[in-house]
Amino acid sequence: MQLFLEQVLNGIGNGVVYGSVALALVLIFRTTGVLNFAQGEMALFSTYISWKLTETGLPVVGAIVISMLIAFVAGGVLQFTLIRPMEGRSQLNVVIVTLGLFLAINSLAQLFFGTDPQLMPSAFPSGGVDLFGGARIQKDTIGLIVVLLVECLALWVLLNKTRLGLKLRAVAADPVSARLHGIRAGWMLMFGWALAAMIGALAGSLVAAERTGFDATLMQIILVYALAAAALGGFDSIWGAVICGLIVGIADALTIQYVDALDGIEVVVPLGLILVVLIVSPNGLFGKRTVERV
Amino acid sequence: MATEQTGAATEPVLGVAPPDVMVAPAAAGTTPPLWPPVPRVVFVARVIIGVALSAAALYAPFYFQPTMNRVLSQAIYLAIAAMGLNLLLGFNGQVSIGHGAFYGVGAFTSAILMIDYGWSFEPTIIASALLTGVFGLLVGLPALRVRGLYLALVTLGLAVLFPRVAQKFVDGTGGRPLLRPSRKEFSSLIEGLADDQWVYFLSLAIMVALFFLAWNLTRGRVGRAMVAVRDQELAASTVGVNLAGTKVTTFAISAAYAGVAGSLSVMVDALADGTNPVLYFQRSIEFLVAMTIGGAATMLGPAVGALALVLLRRNTQDLIEGKEILAPAIYGASLIAFVFVLPEGVVGGVRRLLAWLGRRSSAKGRPPTHPIPDDSHDIGGPNERT
Repeated sequence: MQLFLEQVLNGIGNGVVYGSVALALVLIFRTTGVLNFAQGEMALFSTYISWKLTETGLPVVGAIVISMLIAFVAGGVLQFTLIRPMEGRSQLNVVIVTLGLFLAINSLAQLFFGTDPQLMPSAFPSGGVDLFGGARIQKDTIGLIVVLLVECLALWVLLNKTRLGLKLRAVAADPVSARLHGIRAGWMLMFGWALAAMIGALAGSLVAAERTGFDATLMQIILVYALAAAALGGFDSIWGAVICGLIVGIADALTIQYVDALDGIEVVVPLGLILVVLIVSPNGLFGKRTVERV
Repeated sequence: MATEQTGAATEPVLGVAPPDVMVAPAAAGTTPPLWPPVPRVVFVARVIIGVALSAAALYAPFYFQPTMNRVLSQAIYLAIAAMGLNLLLGFNGQVSIGHGAFYGVGAFTSAILMIDYGWSFEPTIIASALLTGVFGLLVGLPALRVRGLYLALVTLGLAVLFPRVAQKFVDGTGGRPLLRPSRKEFSSLIEGLADDQWVYFLSLAIMVALFFLAWNLTRGRVGRAMVAVRDQELAASTVGVNLAGTKVTTFAISAAYAGVAGSLSVMVDALADGTNPVLYFQRSIEFLVAMTIGGAATMLGPAVGALALVLLRRNTQDLIEGKEILAPAIYGASLIAFVFVLPEGVVGGVRRLLAWLGRRSSAKGRPPTHPIPDDSHDIGGPNERT
């Protein structure tokens, strides 16, 4: 029982990470309809910025906030310079651009910050808390969960309860009609990217602190799991992304512990999950159904 | 007079298949005549391009050093896989980021059959094609239900999964999933051809055969069904296209192309590698990129794109001395630049140029009764719904 609980907690720890990256993916997808393969690498670059700032003696929280602001601006600039010119072009072109970004940002990060593993200090107190059943949970993990919940709530309020959110959703639903209503669609799309880059910066900085040292490969496998979580959640639900991140994380941890046959190929778990869920419900667990017109 | 013939001959073409029903007419094969009538300038340009390309392809291995010939052979297997992906994505509208996995299955099938079962290389290509075709069929079945973006992600999972499966089940050099068939297995069977030239010509012959197979496929009934499913699935099903059959068959054929590419890679690189966890994901991306920069839903596009990609990769590697780390950045940046300058790929761009030349030349004479169908605007947007 204790082992089981520990594995579940372990899974939650990873799942929170997957969920927060999935959140950024879903945000861009919801506001601009683009699947951003460079999301993980953008987060990686911001993480390096946070790390560099803490090296200069800044407190961790301050460093993360500054790097989030930088990411916000950089995300907007990327959208304006590279994604906006693709408007009206084939989706494939946008995919190629994000893949090009993936390669470019990763290699630039290695150029600027070196290839050696670095240590990112944690924003949370160290140590663990004892739970019932003899399991322990790290304070880091608790911190991540709290941050993620706050993030979700803030995003939900932004998208559903503010004028800005209404405009964002209008542009996502139909850019042409939104323009006719006087909404600056270009600004909104840019804002979506900027926001997602900021969320990615936060997620990356917190994840890196959980690991004993991070390098340029930090986000790659996380991105695969985050994509799985986003797909499970149906790509357009914020809460769906987070909950499915947790599901993927827990399923993964339990498989590693209990299913010896899948030793080394646990990646099959999120893959199988997506397949089963999509075959039963083609729009994911939390996705909206769409009607197709001929 | 050339212009009059052209103008008169264009009518039945439009009559048989109105452009609003058939998208990308030139690529998909709208019409019974083998050579759809085109302005003379365009026809001459096509012939010149075709002859020049064939001559260059045949002469290249005698001109270049063995290392360059190996690079060209790599471009050929990349082109075969990209052609397969083009059938699936360009013509049928199904996204796959998992073709790296099929490529890997092909590579390991060849390597295992040669090392453990003592086969000679050539028959293993057929075995790989059949096996990956079956795998493609199996993946194609859930793909009936899982579409667009989701399909991209499920197939992405395949590409990430494959090296782990290899790591678990393949016991190669030093217990690692690394199979190296002896170079002797691939030595030249024709006197007067060096080994590297033999490898090149064998790859080239297989590519040409597969090219004509794909060409025939897309110009016939099957090809029209594929394009119809891509453009409007529901409408296609109402006019009697077998949706499930078309999609699954396309998936299987496309996977078999990737499998053959994998087999050939064992010959070219003398290696089947399962040690790098992201290698097959990278391969998937390369196929996608080669197809897109060459020109999606065009016949020559994948080959042109593959060549461009391999040369780009090779030349960015040692562009800046001491800063090898920057190579992926330059490579990525050039990809982005490519998409900006030639959104429809190289072949799409050339086609647009030819169409422009054609319009100019016919404008000099009598204005044509029907405008020449400009098919270039339909390329490149195979899956708007993703």
